[in-house]
Amino acid sequence: MFTYEFLQHYWWFIISLLGGLLVFLLFVQGGQSLLFSLPKSDKDSMILVNALGRKWEYTFTTLVTFGGAFFASFPLFYSTSFGGAYWVWMLILLCFVIQAVSYEFMNKPNNFLGAKTYKWFLFLNGLLGTFLLGAAVATFFTGSEFTVGKGNIANLLTGEATLGDHTLAISAWQSAWHGLEALANLRNWMLGFAVFFLARSLACLFFINRLADEDLVRRARKTLIINAVPFLITFLIFLIWTLMADGFGVNPTTGEVSMVEYKYFFNLIEMPIVGIFFLLGVVGVLWGLGKTILDSKYTKGIWFAGVGTVVTVTCLFLVSGWNNTAFYPSTFDLQSSLTIFNASSSEFTLTVMSVVSLLVPFVLGYIIYAWNALEKKKFDADDLKEDGHVY
Amino acid sequence: MELLNASLIDWSRAQFAMTAMYHWLFVPLTLGLGVMMAIMETMYVRTGELQWKNTAKFWQKIFGINFAIGVATGLILEFQFGTNWSNYSYFVGDIFGAPLAIEGILAFFMEATFISIMFFGWKRVSKGAHLAATWLTILGATISAWWILVANGWMQNPVGMEFNPLTSRNEMVDFFAVALSPIAVNKFFHTVISSWILGAAFVVAVAAWYFLKDRDKEFATQSMKIASVFGLIACILTLWTGHGSAQQVAEKQPMKLAVMEGLYEGGQNADLIIFAIPNPSKEKYNDDTDPYLFPPIALPGGLSFLSYSSFDAYIPGIKNIIEGGYTLNDGTKALSFEEKKAVGEKARTALRKFKEAEKEDNKAEMAVQKEILDANYSYFGYGFLDKAEELIPHIGLTYWAFHIMIYSCGAMTLIFLLLTFFIFRKQLASKKWLLWVAILLVPMAYAGSQAGWVVAEVGRQPWAIQDVLPLKAAVSAISTGAVKTTFFLFLTLFTLLLVAEIGIMINQIKKGPSKSED
Ligand code: HDD
Ligand code: HEM
Ligand code: HEM
Repeated sequence: MFTYEFLQHYWWFIISLLGGLLVFLLFVQGGQSLLFSLPKSDKDSMILVNALGRKWEYTFTTLVTFGGAFFASFPLFYSTSFGGAYWVWMLILLCFVIQAVSYEFMNKPNNFLGAKTYKWFLFLNGLLGTFLLGAAVATFFTGSEFTVGKGNIANLLTGEATLGDHTLAISAWQSAWHGLEALANLRNWMLGFAVFFLARSLACLFFINRLADEDLVRRARKTLIINAVPFLITFLIFLIWTLMADGFGVNPTTGEVSMVEYKYFFNLIEMPIVGIFFLLGVVGVLWGLGKTILDSKYTKGIWFAGVGTVVTVTCLFLVSGWNNTAFYPSTFDLQSSLTIFNASSSEFTLTVMSVVSLLVPFVLGYIIYAWNALEKKKFDADDLKEDGHVY
Repeated sequence: MELLNASLIDWSRAQFAMTAMYHWLFVPLTLGLGVMMAIMETMYVRTGELQWKNTAKFWQKIFGINFAIGVATGLILEFQFGTNWSNYSYFVGDIFGAPLAIEGILAFFMEATFISIMFFGWKRVSKGAHLAATWLTILGATISAWWILVANGWMQNPVGMEFNPLTSRNEMVDFFAVALSPIAVNKFFHTVISSWILGAAFVVAVAAWYFLKDRDKEFATQSMKIASVFGLIACILTLWTGHGSAQQVAEKQPMKLAVMEGLYEGGQNADLIIFAIPNPSKEKYNDDTDPYLFPPIALPGGLSFLSYSSFDAYIPGIKNIIEGGYTLNDGTKALSFEEKKAVGEKARTALRKFKEAEKEDNKAEMAVQKEILDANYSYFGYGFLDKAEELIPHIGLTYWAFHIMIYSCGAMTLIFLLLTFFIFRKQLASKKWLLWVAILLVPMAYAGSQAGWVVAEVGRQPWAIQDVLPLKAAVSAISTGAVKTTFFLFLTLFTLLLVAEIGIMINQIKKGPSKSED
């Protein structure tokens, strides 16, 4: 059988992959953040909303599955981060809740809040959802302030109050801001912005690929340039900063966490396959963006940039958790940091879940089938009426 | 226990209950309406009649509106385990996380993928492929119900796990014991089939309204025929599966059963209450006040018989469970609350000593303490409790919820029966009174369905995990203010969205099937 250690690495890979897919699928959110600027008429607006509206469920479901898979494989993370960085997660959830109803309700008569409100919901989801997810993921590299005590459940409720007023709590967040303090760190902002502008760039590439309306496509190309540049700048700042920074290393024999110079940079070198894929991913994104910007006939940029995004983000996650790295570090108490070893489920549970994961190719299979069935040709306003279900 | 802020627990509870009950406004309609619309599309594919296609499309539109808001509320529920019950999430996450993950991977993706074909694929895939997509959408929803109910069933009766003192958490040792636990199986059938009642009630009510308005006749007749038969069958099956659930409760959660019936003093040949009003001025479980306001109308021996198929079966009441001393099914003597508490405290002390020994790397001592822990673990949760009263769930709420559920089932069975009878004899259009009553099916079905969850969830207090983890040890270490804020945030948002949903639905229904083909 596979060793416990192998399973822990395998599951960190699955989480990373889901993270990568999620960031790619955020193009829906990116598109939503363009709803006030890109369309010039009601018809434009309707086309964009419907193009995105046929995809939003994938992003949403990936987010849900990302959460569920994280819970099953690294429950200590689920418990520590969600219960501690309460406000960030609640805000993220809120701006996905308002998204989920908006497509369906927006243009239906008698929808109580009015089409404008739902459009704002979509916009807010695009703006905050992307930024906050990016900033939250950045804390995987920059750290948060919390303590963990696995045995706390056995505490007496009086006398042993080591963790504020809740002596039984397995983890305690040490900042009263409960997650919002992450915004005091400029590096977190950089990844937040990078994800936001990436999502918008991917949305433009998606529109260029899918839409038949020439005028819209032309404007999408312009918008692409405006967003690709800040994406590249913020992403490079985050990347270089992170590669130069100290990282959170774990001693594999004692489990002790300590600061290691250039940890993330060395992770890329010491795991050459991850390093190579990371570079390939970045090249894919650059190629997709660059070629589309330079060649006004080129429409396939979304595929390169999309696959590139998945690969790059997956590798970033891997760098944060593999090669004896603490994936959810605590700057307050280094030894409380979460690693794939101390935060994972039991060997049995990981094994069971690994068997379940064998079904994923099957799931991917029918997703690809459905996507193809609906995307045989480019998309314009007439198709909407034909297909019957218009948002 | 003063250190633990009681109101933090109350607010966290309120928030979970509120979001869950909102989620449960939409989910049963998805599960029920989904099957109905798939049946209608099947009729279309088999007969080729366009009218059936329009009927199916109309219901699919309603389905879509409802589905979106179900998804919105579900998201909060899933993450709430982490945000508000973080101790819980660690303590049992090794077991509890798996069904949630499997639900995402296997069920939600199926639903999300095929719903897009259902909505946008009419012209893009073949008739047969479209029909398959419709069925797969509802199959996905139903599979999702399976896994979430496995998770819920496990909390009501934790199985397939072992406590590991090294990690201080429960760990899964038997996946199939979790995934196929009899409680979960019962819950699944009862919950899903009772949701079919709700779907049928909804379709019947809309059709009845068209009858009353004398419009969309053909559509209304078609919908009424299918839905009334479907509703009738679902009612009967719900009665049956509910009986199964009650038997599980009798065996695994005797306190819940006692509270459901307001039974303080149990015995052999226990009666099944048909109508009674629990006495709100009864203050203590062991005072002399009568438990009911007047002598209850009851079926002699009914409770014993329904629970164990034998009039002689012993059913403990609230007082008996707290005081112990009666003989359990396996022949052993039931422990009193104080005795269970002592056992639980022994287990918690052993865990504490184990942790100390672990720090000193004292392997021998660890082994000793682990043995004590294992021997006493089954009442681990009692070690957190202070007084016997904490063991008693809210009696009025549970009692009434249970009886509302049962009354609703009876009333709805009768109504569906009448509807079926008259629609097939082509006499329904003239029975105005019955058509009005048919519209009342919707609130009845909602009441029954929500009440069911109140029974299940309120009735298992104070436990998050039966006998193992009480709520007060399950909660996150956040401020009460934070939870209060998110509570009102979600309450406001969900209420706004609910109002919007109702407005849109009513509008679509008024517009009717003939004009919805746009
Ligand atoms: C997977 C588990 C699960 C599932 C499927 C549900 N719940 Fe639940 N419920 C819980 C897990 C839970 C919980 C986390 O364990 C809570 C929070 C506090 C508590 O008492 O248990 C809870 C509490 C709780 C309460 C408050 C009980 C009290 O405070 O006395 C109510 C009324 C409900 N729930 C109602 C529902 C409804 C209407 C559901 C239908 C969707 C539902 N629950 C599904
Ligand atoms: C605490 C318990 C629950 C959690 C955490 C939860 C979680 C979720 C989530 C995250 C979604 C959105 C999925 C998506 O992205 O498509 C969802 C939708 C759904 N859930 Fe739940 N759920 C719970 C209770 C239930 C129960 C008890 C049932 C059924 C018995 C159920 C059935 C469904 C269905 C059918 C949907 C599809 C959307 C709809 O039409 O409402 N859920 N749930
Ligand atoms: C006479 C008929 C019925 C009986 C005997 C019955 C019995 C029960 C019992 C004992 C429970 C609690 C199960 C537990 O705590 O684990 C329950 C739960 C529930 N009931 Fe019923 N019920 C009946 C009718 C209905 C009807 C008509 C509906 C809805 C329209 C309904 C919906 C529910 C729901 C949603 C739950 C919560 C899920 C669960 O725990 O299974 N029930 N029922």
